[in-house]
Amino acid sequence: MIEANGLTKRYGDKVAVDGLSFTVRPGIVTGFLGPNGAGKSTTMRMILGLDRPSAGSVTVNCRHYADLAAPLHEVGALLEARAVHTSRSAYNHLRALAATHGISRSRVDEVIDLVGLTDVARKRAGGFSLGMGQRLGMATALLGDPPTVVLDEPVNGLDPEGIRWVRDLLKGLAAEGRTVFVSSHLMSEMALTAEHVIVVGRGRLIADTSVEEIIRQASVNAVLVRSPEAAQLRTALAGPDVTVSSTEDDVLQVTGLSAAQIGDTARGLGIALHELTPQRASLEEAFMTMTRDDVEYHGHLAGEATVLEGERA
Amino acid sequence: MSAPTATLSHAPRRRVTPARAAKSEWIKLVSLRSSWITFAASVVAVIGLGLLISLVTKNHWAEMRPQERLRFDPVDRSLAGINLAQLAIGVLGVLVVTGEYSTGMIRSSLMAVPRRLPVLAGKAVVFAGATFVLMLASAFVAFLLGQQALGSHGTTLGAPHALRAVIGVSLYLTVIALFAIGIGFIIRNTAGGIATLFGLLLVAPGLGQLLPTSWQPHVLPYLPSNAGAAVYSVRTDPGMLSTWTGFAVLCAWALVALVVGAFLLRRRDA
Repeated sequence: MIEANGLTKRYGDKVAVDGLSFTVRPGIVTGFLGPNGAGKSTTMRMILGLDRPSAGSVTVNCRHYADLAAPLHEVGALLEARAVHTSRSAYNHLRALAATHGISRSRVDEVIDLVGLTDVARKRAGGFSLGMGQRLGMATALLGDPPTVVLDEPVNGLDPEGIRWVRDLLKGLAAEGRTVFVSSHLMSEMALTAEHVIVVGRGRLIADTSVEEIIRQASVNAVLVRSPEAAQLRTALAGPDVTVSSTEDDVLQVTGLSAAQIGDTARGLGIALHELTPQRASLEEAFMTMTRDDVEYHGHLAGEATVLEGERA
Repeated sequence: MSAPTATLSHAPRRRVTPARAAKSEWIKLVSLRSSWITFAASVVAVIGLGLLISLVTKNHWAEMRPQERLRFDPVDRSLAGINLAQLAIGVLGVLVVTGEYSTGMIRSSLMAVPRRLPVLAGKAVVFAGATFVLMLASAFVAFLLGQQALGSHGTTLGAPHALRAVIGVSLYLTVIALFAIGIGFIIRNTAGGIATLFGLLLVAPGLGQLLPTSWQPHVLPYLPSNAGAAVYSVRTDPGMLSTWTGFAVLCAWALVALVVGAFLLRRRDA
């Protein structure tokens, strides 16, 4: 269990994390979502005792990280930035960390095998690809067999097979009753892995809810209608609280009416329907909507494209 | 890649202790090739340079002027390699710390030992210990080979101050090792750390010569390399501190660097 209470980090005038309070519960995968620069990594660094909060506090199993007597047995962590000496082999890296807790060499071999690095374990970590580096980070996180894992962008740089492996691993860890806290800027990835998400933007909490709930709240409940007689149907559907937009001659985007109501209206007028699709916002869109005002670095063109796409959907 | 579940190992769960932190630092030190290369360089410097200077001295004995012969001391000649060895030890000492900061390893180290000070203590004990043992052996070899090379101009360990000077080589380099570790934790950057260390050890004594003559006696003897020189020398320069006072001053420099480094390590974000 991880509990943050008014967690704040300032760098000079800039507030990276602004009064965050949340609880990460065991037994499920909790996603930590936000655009780049939202303060996810800073928050994780404070959880792990690397950065000192400017205000507020964060505890792991009710203790401050720095007060843990055997931290590797309590919390396993994978940080986004590499945390490995490039000239040391993966095996020696793990062995050096294991030595701080008197963890045996056989456990080192075990985690190397677990992440699939056996063939390259004796090679310099500096020569590792991004994906191999992530696997080594995962091995480090699991070294002490901790009940809590904190992972910053664990699928970064992994190939599809690796991504799937991480996904299954995280679910497996949660199923064993562990607390799993994973950051990502990809909502779609979280949709597949996490049950619960904590969304931040510009260091502030935007949402702390289940993945299901986010989709439900953010979905625009629009219905896409395709008909050869779209103009006629449009007139018939008009009413208070109903908005109809159109991007193509035979396509309508209707909000304020259910698919059933639209279908019934069309049938009454004898209008043929070629498509009648309730639009469910994807998690990615929900995320975009939620964090639109909180994105730290807007790519100008990319931002416009997103808006256009959002309108079309 | 095996099944995507974390295997539960039922090994006992032990806590972090200073001894375990030191063991970890030992593994870190010996698992880097640069440590071996740099230690080898320091051994070659102490033994090889001492031997070379001793041989040259013997061959040029006939041409040496009387003042030169007066200044000559067989022990000091055979131990002259210390000047080069301190470069290797100093660089490695800084690197042991800054190498972790430049690669990000420090974050792994501090996550494993969140109290932080055992990391500094472990590094200090392990690196200083390795330096002491290695340099003690090297200094003895350098002394014996050097005296052989000097032939009739050589001396023995029984000569006044000879044994103290030989052990002094190791003591001096050990304290330089600690000084370098302290500076590493203060500066955290390799280039900056090395520049600071050798600025104080090698450049400061030269700059001190530019001070007004009346100030020099109050500054020059207290610079770390000047103060420490007495412990490995039979013949000391006039105006410098005595053997153990000088060594104590050098130790004070290292202690201050370690204490400031420890304070900053506790305080700063990693």
